[in-house]
Amino acid sequence: MEEALNFQVIIDNLTYFMIGRYPNGPLGGLGLTMYLAVVSCVLSFFGGLILGLLSLSRNAIIRHPVNLFINAVRGIPLLMVIFWMYFLLPALMGKTVPEATTVIMGLTIFTSAYMSQIVRAGIQGIPKGQTEAAISTGLKPWQAMLYIILPQGLRNMIPSFVNQFVSLIKDTSLAFIVGVSELTHVGTQINNRTMAYPTEIFIFIAGVYFVLCFAFTSFSRWLEGRLTWRKSI
Amino acid sequence: MLKYSFDWSIVTSGKYFEWLVSGLKVTLELSAVGIVCAFILGLIIAVLRMSHFRPVRWIATAYLEFFRNTPLLVQIFFWYFGSYKVLPTVVNDWLNSTNFEFAAAAIALTIYTSAFIAEDIRSGILSIPKEQMEAARSAGFSYLRSMQYIILPQAVRITVPPLVNQFLNLAKNSSLAMSIGVMELTYQARQVESYTFKGFEAFTAATVIYLVLSVIITALMDLYNKKVLNPHRA
Repeated sequence: MEEALNFQVIIDNLTYFMIGRYPNGPLGGLGLTMYLAVVSCVLSFFGGLILGLLSLSRNAIIRHPVNLFINAVRGIPLLMVIFWMYFLLPALMGKTVPEATTVIMGLTIFTSAYMSQIVRAGIQGIPKGQTEAAISTGLKPWQAMLYIILPQGLRNMIPSFVNQFVSLIKDTSLAFIVGVSELTHVGTQINNRTMAYPTEIFIFIAGVYFVLCFAFTSFSRWLEGRLTWRKSI
Repeated sequence: MLKYSFDWSIVTSGKYFEWLVSGLKVTLELSAVGIVCAFILGLIIAVLRMSHFRPVRWIATAYLEFFRNTPLLVQIFFWYFGSYKVLPTVVNDWLNSTNFEFAAAAIALTIYTSAFIAEDIRSGILSIPKEQMEAARSAGFSYLRSMQYIILPQAVRITVPPLVNQFLNLAKNSSLAMSIGVMELTYQARQVESYTFKGFEAFTAATVIYLVLSVIITALMDLYNKKVLNPHRA
């Protein structure tokens, strides 16, 4: 150990770490991190649900392109997806797009592809007999999916969704690359300004992410135990 | 419609093509170093996690939970900017004498991925019923021989697919190394874009390279699964 650690720099900048310049400016820091994660999570839930259902479609013309898209997104780094959004969105819309929107779009497309796999596995985990029984009582295939299969499948997917949310919280740190002032970006800003305390700053930031993510990871484990226990009765 | 004239020659030949190739080389180097080190470290952590000595188990669990639940980017920044205060001087001097950006990225990737690998290995071993070990022991095998002949061959079969997945993740995650100036594939694609304003071509080229990489690895795994692990399954 060369020098003692001095965490005074954290205490001095605590508000900035937590909410950025808010309310005198835009939201930043941990607040923006949570905003990015929650918005992307909600959007990717629906994105994943739609992609997952389409990837199970009996119509090959729908199924194959959707699966190709899902596998392509899963095969490239998230950073690449964000760069794609960064330069494609303005070109497609013909105007500048706020960086936060770029990041949310990137995170949503990337996470939807992963969510679709969870949805798919959740649906396939429900015995086929359920669909057959539902259809033989007179329900149409889409009604059987909506009223019988999905409600049961979604419950089994909840722990995986929570895990995906944890990944999402960690992935928001990539917003740093395009200059969105979330927690990691704020950390590097303070690091550049103070120069002398990189170790303290990055230990603190890691600590904040850890507390947040570990809480959700533990919650998902608890849920998993509870849901299996319920099933066994 | 968009007014944009495609010029694919930029990324298929000449200076910018060479940039992308050199980026791919760095990505492959970083991934190879990361995969080998992360596997070894992950194996060690998995063994420690299953230790009967409680403090060892706790330390391994704490390691695993901490590095799994913090973003890789923050870990890269920590090793790059902040490690000099917590590492011994000898290590610092050695790091400064090497390609420090590459080393910091490799360390971060190794430690981050090892935490995931450790869990995959552990759950692979734990998925083998306890009775198998008991049966092997009562048939006269020693603990190590039971592991070698009965438990591990079955556990490997279960562990290989998630492990390959982690290797793929590591290769993709190596793109984050660009944030500290490692000139890997994503970094070079970005460079090509800012020099030529041909973002579509540059990012398509990089995307295709990443896709080819992951398709090759996935295909190799499928082949391995079919030929080596499940030769009798139709």
